[in-house]
Amino acid sequence: MRIANKTITATRLVKDALDKAHEFKDYNIFTFLNEEGALKKAAEIDAKIAAGEKVGKLAGVPFAIKDNFLAPFGETTASAHILEGFNSPITATAVAKLLAEDAILIGRTNLDAFAHGSSTENSYFGPTLNSHDRERVAGGSSGGSAVAVALDIVEFATGTDTGGSIRQPASFNDVYGLKPTYGCISRYGVVAMASSTDCIGFFTKSLEDMDLLMSIASGKDSKDLTTLDDYYNNSEVAKAEKVGIIKDFDNDSVAPEIRAALKSKCELLKSKGYEIIELEMPALKYALAAYYIIVPAEITSNLSRYDGVRYGFRSDKSTGLNELYANTRDEGFMPENKRRIMIGNFVLSSGFYDAYFLKAAKVRTLIIKEYEEAFSKCDFLLTPVAPNPAFKLGEKANDPVAMYLEDMMSVSLNLAGVPGLAIPAGKTASGLPIGLQLVGPRRSDKDLIEFAKVLKEDK
Amino acid sequence: MKYYPTIGIECHVQLCTKTKLFSEVDNDARGKEPNSCVSPVDYALPGMLPRLNKEAVRFCILAGKAMNCEINEFSRFDRKHYFYPDSPKGYQITQFYQPIIGPGYVELPSGIKVRINHAHLEGDAGKLTHFDTYSLVDLNRVDTPLIEIVSEPDIHSSKDAHDYCKELWRLMCYAGVTYGDLYNGNMRFDVNVSIAPEGSAELGTRAEVKNLNSFRSVERAVEYEISRQSKILDKGGRVIQETLGWNDATGVTTGQRSKEEAKDYRYMPEPDLPPIHLSFEFIKTEAAKLPLMPKDYREKFGGTIKEDILEILLDYPPLMLKLEQLEQSLLGHASARPVCLRQFASQGASVTGEPRSSSIVTSGRSQKALLLVANLFASVLLAEEKSAEYLNDLPTAAQLNDLAEMNEKKELSSTATKEVFLKMFDPQMKGKDAKTIAKELGVIQENDLGALEAIVDTVLAKPETQKAQEDFRNGEEKVIGFLVGQVMKESHGKANPSAVQEILRKKLSN
Repeated sequence: MRIANKTITATRLVKDALDKAHEFKDYNIFTFLNEEGALKKAAEIDAKIAAGEKVGKLAGVPFAIKDNFLAPFGETTASAHILEGFNSPITATAVAKLLAEDAILIGRTNLDAFAHGSSTENSYFGPTLNSHDRERVAGGSSGGSAVAVALDIVEFATGTDTGGSIRQPASFNDVYGLKPTYGCISRYGVVAMASSTDCIGFFTKSLEDMDLLMSIASGKDSKDLTTLDDYYNNSEVAKAEKVGIIKDFDNDSVAPEIRAALKSKCELLKSKGYEIIELEMPALKYALAAYYIIVPAEITSNLSRYDGVRYGFRSDKSTGLNELYANTRDEGFMPENKRRIMIGNFVLSSGFYDAYFLKAAKVRTLIIKEYEEAFSKCDFLLTPVAPNPAFKLGEKANDPVAMYLEDMMSVSLNLAGVPGLAIPAGKTASGLPIGLQLVGPRRSDKDLIEFAKVLKEDK
Repeated sequence: MKYYPTIGIECHVQLCTKTKLFSEVDNDARGKEPNSCVSPVDYALPGMLPRLNKEAVRFCILAGKAMNCEINEFSRFDRKHYFYPDSPKGYQITQFYQPIIGPGYVELPSGIKVRINHAHLEGDAGKLTHFDTYSLVDLNRVDTPLIEIVSEPDIHSSKDAHDYCKELWRLMCYAGVTYGDLYNGNMRFDVNVSIAPEGSAELGTRAEVKNLNSFRSVERAVEYEISRQSKILDKGGRVIQETLGWNDATGVTTGQRSKEEAKDYRYMPEPDLPPIHLSFEFIKTEAAKLPLMPKDYREKFGGTIKEDILEILLDYPPLMLKLEQLEQSLLGHASARPVCLRQFASQGASVTGEPRSSSIVTSGRSQKALLLVANLFASVLLAEEKSAEYLNDLPTAAQLNDLAEMNEKKELSSTATKEVFLKMFDPQMKGKDAKTIAKELGVIQENDLGALEAIVDTVLAKPETQKAQEDFRNGEEKVIGFLVGQVMKESHGKANPSAVQEILRKKLSN
C-alpha cells in the first residue's frame, strides 16, 4: 500500500479521493462523504510525519466503509429508510482498528438495505452502477465498496459477506474481495444480517494490501464472543500441491466464459506443477435452500429491534403501539427486507421449526462435513463466484428467485464458515469482469492470499 | 363434589450480580434514575452483541445446588421473540431447549418434597409505566439476570404453595444469589392451578395466575382459583386454559388472554452466544462455595435456640448471618463454609475462613451469648417499627458479644440489656461499644460488693427502715422487697438487686 512516505502527502491522497468521489457521483457509490473530517485528519497526519512522529501502518490511506458499519461519521443507515437519522455513538471494532492505524475514512458506501440482495438495487438510496458498464449492476450487497475500489477512489473498502456480498461484487468489478473464516474479524458494531454467517472483509486492488488489512483487523474481540483467537498473524503458510474443482458447478447454468476462465486458470496451475483434482460435493446443491431458511430466520430476529421506539425512523401516522410498529416497519423496510422477514417468521413458527429450520441446520452440518472431506483431498478449491457476470440493472429485480440463484456458488462457504477469496480472472468478450473464488479450510485465510499470487502470474 | 388441586409454580429470581447478564453496566438500579443503567447492548443499538456474565453462571450453580439440582455441563441460549417496548431487542435471550439447571427438589419445613423440573437463565425485560395518553419506558431492568425455576406439579394445597415459595425465597437468599426483595419484584411467581375430582387419575385443565409477588398473594390466589374452578365444575362447566392476573386489593383473578390467542414466540438458537460448557471440576469448585443453608442453621443452632424462634429468625438472612458471625467471634475461628451472603456483604461479613477445628461444639458461654442475642433479635429488634431499616445496619459481632458478656456478668439487668441493644441502632450511638452506651445511659449495675455493702449500711442506718428491719427479724419475709427497693433507690438503680438481697439477708441475720 502506498504508505505516506513524504513523496506524497496524506492531504493530497485525500483530496484526490474526494475529487474522484465527486467525479463519479452518478455511480451512486457513497451514502455519506466525510469531506471535512478526512481533510482534517489528513492534515494531522501530515503534521505528524513532518514532525517525525510515529504514524500508523495505514497512515494517510483513504478508505471507505460499507454503510452498515457503526462509526460516528455521518449517519449509519445500512441504506435503509428505517435507520434514517441514526448517528452511532459506537465505532465498530474493525473500523476502530483501521482508524488506529491512521487510515482516513473518506465515506460510507451504498448497499442493498440491510445487505439483503445481490445487486445493490435494494438500497433505499437507489442502485450503484457497475464500474465497467454503467447499465449493469455493481453486484451486492457490498456494491458501493466494490465500485469505490474498482474506480480507484479509495485504496480499500470494508464489506460484509453473509452469502457472497463481498465476493460477488468483487468479481463483478475486477477487484479482490475476501470473505474470511467466520469469526476472524469482530462483528461488533456491524449492523447484523445473519449472525451465524456474517463475515467482515475487504475489497482491495492487491493481495499485499489484503494481507496487511487482515493482519490489522483480525483477532479476538471480547465484545464479540464468536471471534476466534488471533490466528491470522500466527499462521504459517503451508505448501499447496492440489487444487480441487467442484464437478457439481461445471454445468450449463454457469456462463460459458466463466467456465472457460476457470479452465484457463486450471491450465495455468498445471503448468506450474500443481495437481488439479475433480471433486463431487453433492450436498452443495442443497446449500441455497438451507441458506434461504437459516439466514431469513436470523434476519427476522435481528431486524426485530427496528421498531421505531428508540432510534431511527418512526412513522408519524400511528395512534397506537401496534400501529406504530406496523407503520414504521412497513414504511421503513424495503420489499426485499419484508420478504425475508416473512420467510424467517414462517420457518420459525411453532409447528414449522422442525420441518424447516432444524432440517436446514442438519443440511448445514452435512455441508460442513463435505468441505472437511474435500480439504482432506486437496489444499484449495477453485470455483466461479457467481454463475454469470454482472447483469443488467432491473433484469432480475422482479424475480427474487432468479436473484437468489445468483448466490448459488457463494452461500455454502458462509454456511460452512470457510474463507473464500474472489480474484479477478479476466474479462468477457464484452469487457465485463470475471471473478473466481479460491476456497480454503477454516483459518486458511493467509494461505489463500498467498496462493492467489500463483494464479495471478499469467498476464 | 370434592376436588383435588394440583399446583405447579414457576418462579423468576432476579440475580444480584454486579453487572447485567449481557453487558458491563451496573445491575443494581435501586434508587437510580430511569434509563441510567443501560448499555448500548441492552438498548439494542444495531450491531451490538451480548457478552455472557460469568458471575451469573456461577450464581446458577449455587442456586441449583441450593435446590439439590443437577447442573448441566452443556447449556445454550435461545431467542424468544415478541414485540413490546420493554424488550428493546424484540426478543428475550433465554434457555428454551437446554437449560443450565437440571432436575432437583426443594424440601419444605413440613417435610414435603417438591421436585424441580429445571431452571434456566435469561434476561429480564424493562418496565413500562402507563399514563392516560402515553407510556414511559425504563430500561434499567433490561437483561438483569433471571433464573426461572420450574417446579413439577407436586403441590396440592394453598398452604404448600405458600410454603414452597417461601422456602425458595429462603434458599435463594441464603445461596446469596438475590437481594430477595419481594416488594420490588426480585422474586415473582406464576402459579398453575388445576383441580380434578378426588380419585381421578387425570389432571384438570389448568389456569395460570401470573406475576404474584408475595407468599400471601400466592396462597390467596391459589385458594381463589380452587374455589372458582370448583364452582365451574360443580355447575357442569369447563375450565378454560388461560392466563390470569391477580388483583391483591379485590382478591380476585381476572382473565388476561386465553391460550387460543397465545403468542408464537418463534424460538431460535441464539447465534451470538456460544454454548456454555462447564467442566465437572468448575461445577464442583463453585458448588463448594454454597453458603450455609437454612437446614445447616437448623442443625447448628437447633440445640441452642428454641425452634420457633429459630424459624422466625430464618426469615431474616442478615440476622442469621450475624448470629453466625457472633459464633465465629466467640469461638475465635471462622466457619469451614462461606457464610458471606454477598448481597449483605456491606455488613462486614467474613468470607471463607479457616477450617473449623471442632465441628459444632458450642461452649456454654457461647450458647448463652447466642441465645441472648437470638432472643434480642426476635423479641426486641423485630418488634421495632423500624426493624426493616435496622436489619440493613446491624451492630457488629463484637458489640453484641460485649453486650452479652455484660449481661452475663450481671452488669446489665435484662431491661438495661434491651435498652443498650436498641441504642446500638441510634445514629448518635452507632458504632460505640456496649460499655460506653451503658455508661452514657447510666444503667450499669453495681456489683462491687464493698460498695454495695456501704450503700446497704447507709440504708440500714436510716430511721425509716428500722421498722422493716425489725419486722424481717420477726419473720416477715416480704419486707425484704421494701428494703431492696430502698437500696436500689439509694444506688440510683444501679445496684444488682439479687446481690443487694444477699447482703441484706446476711446483715439482718446477724
